[in-house]
Amino acid sequence: MSAPFFQADSIAVQFGGLKAVDGVSFTVDKGEVFTIIGPNGAGKTTVFNIISRIYNPTAGRVMLEGVEITKLPAHRVAGLGIARTFQNIELFEHATVLQNLLIGAHVHRTTTPLAEALFLPSVKRAEVALREKVEEVIDLLDLAVHRDAMVAGLPYGARKVVELGRALCTRPKLLLLDEPSSGLNVEETEDMAFWIEDITRDLGITVVMVEHDMTLVSRVSDRVMAMNQGRVLAMGSPSEVQHHPAVVEAYIGTPAAAEAVAERAAS
Amino acid sequence: MRFIFKTRYEQDIELFQHGGQVFWYGLLMAVLLVAPLFVSAYVLTQLSQACIYAIVALGLMLLAGFTGQLSLGHAAFMAVGAYTQGVLVTAGVPFFVGIAAAALFAAVVGIIVGLPALRVKGLYLGIATLAFGTIIEEIIARAEHVTGGNAGLMVPPVSLFGWRFADGPSFYYLCLAFALAATLIVINLLRSPTGRAFVAIRDSEISAQSMGVNLAFYKTLSFAISAAFAGVAGALYAHNIRFLSPDQFTVVQSIELVMMVVIGGLGSVHGAIYGAAFLIALPQVINAAKPMLPTFLAEATGLQPTVFGAVLILVVLFEPLGIYGAWLKTRAYFDLFPFYRKGMFRRQKAFQKSDRLK
Repeated sequence: MSAPFFQADSIAVQFGGLKAVDGVSFTVDKGEVFTIIGPNGAGKTTVFNIISRIYNPTAGRVMLEGVEITKLPAHRVAGLGIARTFQNIELFEHATVLQNLLIGAHVHRTTTPLAEALFLPSVKRAEVALREKVEEVIDLLDLAVHRDAMVAGLPYGARKVVELGRALCTRPKLLLLDEPSSGLNVEETEDMAFWIEDITRDLGITVVMVEHDMTLVSRVSDRVMAMNQGRVLAMGSPSEVQHHPAVVEAYIGTPAAAEAVAERAAS
Repeated sequence: MRFIFKTRYEQDIELFQHGGQVFWYGLLMAVLLVAPLFVSAYVLTQLSQACIYAIVALGLMLLAGFTGQLSLGHAAFMAVGAYTQGVLVTAGVPFFVGIAAAALFAAVVGIIVGLPALRVKGLYLGIATLAFGTIIEEIIARAEHVTGGNAGLMVPPVSLFGWRFADGPSFYYLCLAFALAATLIVINLLRSPTGRAFVAIRDSEISAQSMGVNLAFYKTLSFAISAAFAGVAGALYAHNIRFLSPDQFTVVQSIELVMMVVIGGLGSVHGAIYGAAFLIALPQVINAAKPMLPTFLAEATGLQPTVFGAVLILVVLFEPLGIYGAWLKTRAYFDLFPFYRKGMFRRQKAFQKSDRLK
């Protein structure tokens, strides 16, 4: 059996006495959209932070195409083809949209600082080539209007798209989206759903996302994993997971508990 | 108002965006080139000094304004460059070899001083660099057999290929050439991946790292380049002043250098130049104003630092982007006349404020 495209093998991380993630395992196939859902504090973003090497897992390993990434420094992960967005947008505020996207393409730079200081013709050629790739992303995400605007002055919805664009500029194999629709209005969420579909179908990028909007989740995901308190509750198709008793319980509690609350309220 | 219609990607990375820039920068260059014909020897020395400070300011701007790393030890890097040059040239080493050694040695010291930056940020980094600066100052004072200690070190004038660059105009042109080269290097870095990696580190370390920016490498590189600039400036300074002693490179000097880039405008290449010009011009303005002041004020000690401090406070309060920010607003006013509104730059300012609270 060949190694899966992406695999998290019983990863765990502990902050003091708190087990934020406790033995989570899952695999993702090439080209699928895999969504992690769960109530607040379930450990979804922590899983992302382990994959992008911001946290060191206390146990377990993460593999991409059979290569273990759990020991690599954080800046090497992007070069292997894993890009991410952040829940609370982490853009380069005092730079233009174009510059933000170009930083996304950082792993594809071919020039050395010395050549850049002299701005040799080779640097100029490399820059133009880099920009041509970045402009493709600008076209895809309709960012041309904001191209030369400072990120600090952009509305929230546009920043969300810029962040997606920046991640795409690394030309990833695996894209981690941390709540792509949070803070977006209905129309912007609709756009986001189209883009996620485009990204997987046309660009062949595998997507792992954390998301709360179940409409978006059911629409774009191939498989869903539900988490609570650092553990996996259920895994399967969107509707299977949504109706799984453990998931229902994690979100709205058990019928017995609900009755108990109602009785207390009545008495 | 000018609208630039871009049809090629090269236009984004060209040195000059439009003909107007070519004209104005060309004019500035021409004025600087003919300046020795019209100004006195004293003013010319001050202009050389402004060029020298512009080099330090560019280096410090790259570090503090673009990489977001505070350094309160830049006078020490200048000292390293100045003493390296002084000692080597006295020993008979040619000027350019000396200056290369000064840059290299300062860069090595810069890398060492920059090591704490890999772990600490902001004020803590400032304090760490401050401590290193003090240590270097102390080392220079103690290493008497090399540096002459507190008694000082005489530096011979520049001689290049048997030709003396001692007098005003030729030394001024030398400083101007170095300042121009420094400006070009900074602009070149900023329009290529290295400069963007610096900006990424300044704005968000966590996402810079997720985009594949090696934080340790680029922070160290920024410190090295910045220190090398200070080293070159220090070497020229040694030739300009011709006498070196440790008390020319104290912590107060370092703070003055930081003030220079803050007042000039953090995060802009123009700001570095404006800051250097300001640092050189202010004492002259104060001196010129002295006869008009009441005696107790004119003869008060510490008049200059007080004015400096007051300007710094005013800049931080009312114009966080410094002289360059003020210039941008003035230009926008005339560009858009009569449609300029007071709140036009406010939105960005509000965001910066929330950033500061973080």
